[in-house]
Amino acid sequence: MKGQFPKFNMPNTNSKQHKPRFKGKIITDELAGNITRVEELAYILKISDVMTSNVKTMQPNNSMRDVLNTLSEFQFSGVPIVSNGQKKLVGLISTEDLIKCLAIQDLNASVQKYMSTNLVTANSFDFLTEALKLFAKTKVGRLPVLNENRDLVGIITKGDVNNGLLHALETEYQEEEVRRYRASHLFEDIESARSSLILRYNIANYDFTSGGEASSQIKRALLRLGANAQLARRVGIAIYEAEMNLIIHTKNGGSIHVEIEPKQISVYVWDNGPGIKDVKQALQPGFSTATEEIRELGFGAGMGLVNISRCVDKMDLQSKWGYGTHLTMKIFLEGEDIVGEGYHKNKENENVT
Amino acid sequence: MNIEELIQITDGKLLTKSSDLTRMIKGGCGADLMSDVLASIQPDAVLLTGLCNPQVVRTAQMSDVAAIVFVRGKNPPVETISLADKEGIPLISSPFGMFELSGRLYTAGLPSFERSISEI
Repeated sequence: MKGQFPKFNMPNTNSKQHKPRFKGKIITDELAGNITRVEELAYILKISDVMTSNVKTMQPNNSMRDVLNTLSEFQFSGVPIVSNGQKKLVGLISTEDLIKCLAIQDLNASVQKYMSTNLVTANSFDFLTEALKLFAKTKVGRLPVLNENRDLVGIITKGDVNNGLLHALETEYQEEEVRRYRASHLFEDIESARSSLILRYNIANYDFTSGGEASSQIKRALLRLGANAQLARRVGIAIYEAEMNLIIHTKNGGSIHVEIEPKQISVYVWDNGPGIKDVKQALQPGFSTATEEIRELGFGAGMGLVNISRCVDKMDLQSKWGYGTHLTMKIFLEGEDIVGEGYHKNKENENVT
Repeated sequence: MNIEELIQITDGKLLTKSSDLTRMIKGGCGADLMSDVLASIQPDAVLLTGLCNPQVVRTAQMSDVAAIVFVRGKNPPVETISLADKEGIPLISSPFGMFELSGRLYTAGLPSFERSISEI
C-alpha cells in the first residue's frame, strides 16, 4: 500500500459521524467489508510485535533525584518501577509526578512516595487492537506491557503502534519488491547466445469466468521482470483482447505463447477454427461478428483487433476460414523498457504512463 | 478526487475490502463494452459501468483503472467481488444511473477519459 498513511479513526464513508467505528460492535460481514488494511493489521499484529522491549526500569527505593537524572538523560516522559531485583511491576513514575516533587523541593524522597500505583497495563500476547482500545479509553500515552507470568516485558506508546503498523505495511510491500528484484535480473544471471523466457497458456472457449487470467499473469510477470507500468499495460491490453477472442470466437479454445527477451516480446496466439472470413473487414474499427448474447457479456464492440494493433509494434493476422487463426504480435523494447536485465529504472518511471 | 470522495459524490457503497481509499482518480469513463474501455481509458480512471461480470475487473486490471462504480444500484456476483479483492481494485455500487453519475463527477471536476474512435 503506497500513498498517504490512513489515520486509525478512518473517516466513515458517511462523513457526518466520526464515532469510533468498531466500539462495542460485533464485526458483521458488512462491517468487515469496510475494514482497511491498517485496521486489519491491528487484528493480526500482537502487542509484543510492536512494543519497545529492553525497557529502562527503576526501583521503589531509588530517589526522586535519580528519576530526574534518568528522565533528563534518556529524554523519557515516564519510567516503570519494578520490585527490587524482580520483573514485577509495582508502579510508574512520570514527568508529572516529578514536577509535583520539584514543586516542594523533595528530591531526596523515594520513588515509592510519588509513583502512581493505579496502573493500566496491556498484555504482550493480545492483539494490537486491545492496546488501541486502552489508549482510547484511558487517554494515557504509554502502557506497561506484561507477559503471561505478569512480568514486565516492555512498554507500548502510540508512536510504537504507528511505527509497527508502518513497518508491517512496508514489509508487505517489500516482499513484492524482492520478487521483482530477483526476476528483473533474470537474463543477467543466465548466459547464452540468446536467452528468452517462454510462458505458455491454454485458453478454453466460452470460459468467461477465468477469462483474462492468462493476461493477468503475463502482466504480473512483466512487472516483476522490471517492465515499467506503461509497457506492462500495453502488452496486457493486447494479450487480453487476444485471449477474449479465443474465448468468444473459437470452437475449441486455443493457446497463447509469450516469448520474453530483454529487447523484445513476441506473442503467438493460435486456434484451430473456425477462422476469419474476411481479415481486412475484421480489422475495421467497430466491425464485429459477436452475437447479442456476447454483447450482453460486455464484448463484441468490434474494437479488439484495433486495440491490439494500437498496443503492439508489429501485428500479423493469418486466418483461413474453416481452419483457424494465427495472430503474431511483437513489442520491441529499448532503453528503460528493457526487461530482465537489471532494475535500473528509478521509481518515477513506474508512474509515468 | 480520491476514492473516498468518489464514494461520497456517488452516494456509493464500497463492496470490497483492503482498498486504499486515498488513491487519486484522474478521470472518468463510462461504458458497458469492455473493448471500448480498453480503447480509450487512461490510467487512474474511474470506470462507470452496468456490466457486473468478472471481466470488468480484468479489464480494469489491464488498463490500471483506480475504481469501478456499478450504476443503478447493481450488485455484482461474488466472483467479481473476490477477483477485485484479490487484485486490489475497489468496487462501488451507486444508486444513480450512468447519466446522473457522469454529470455528478464531471461537475465535481473530473475530466472525461473517453476518446473518439478517430483518435484511437
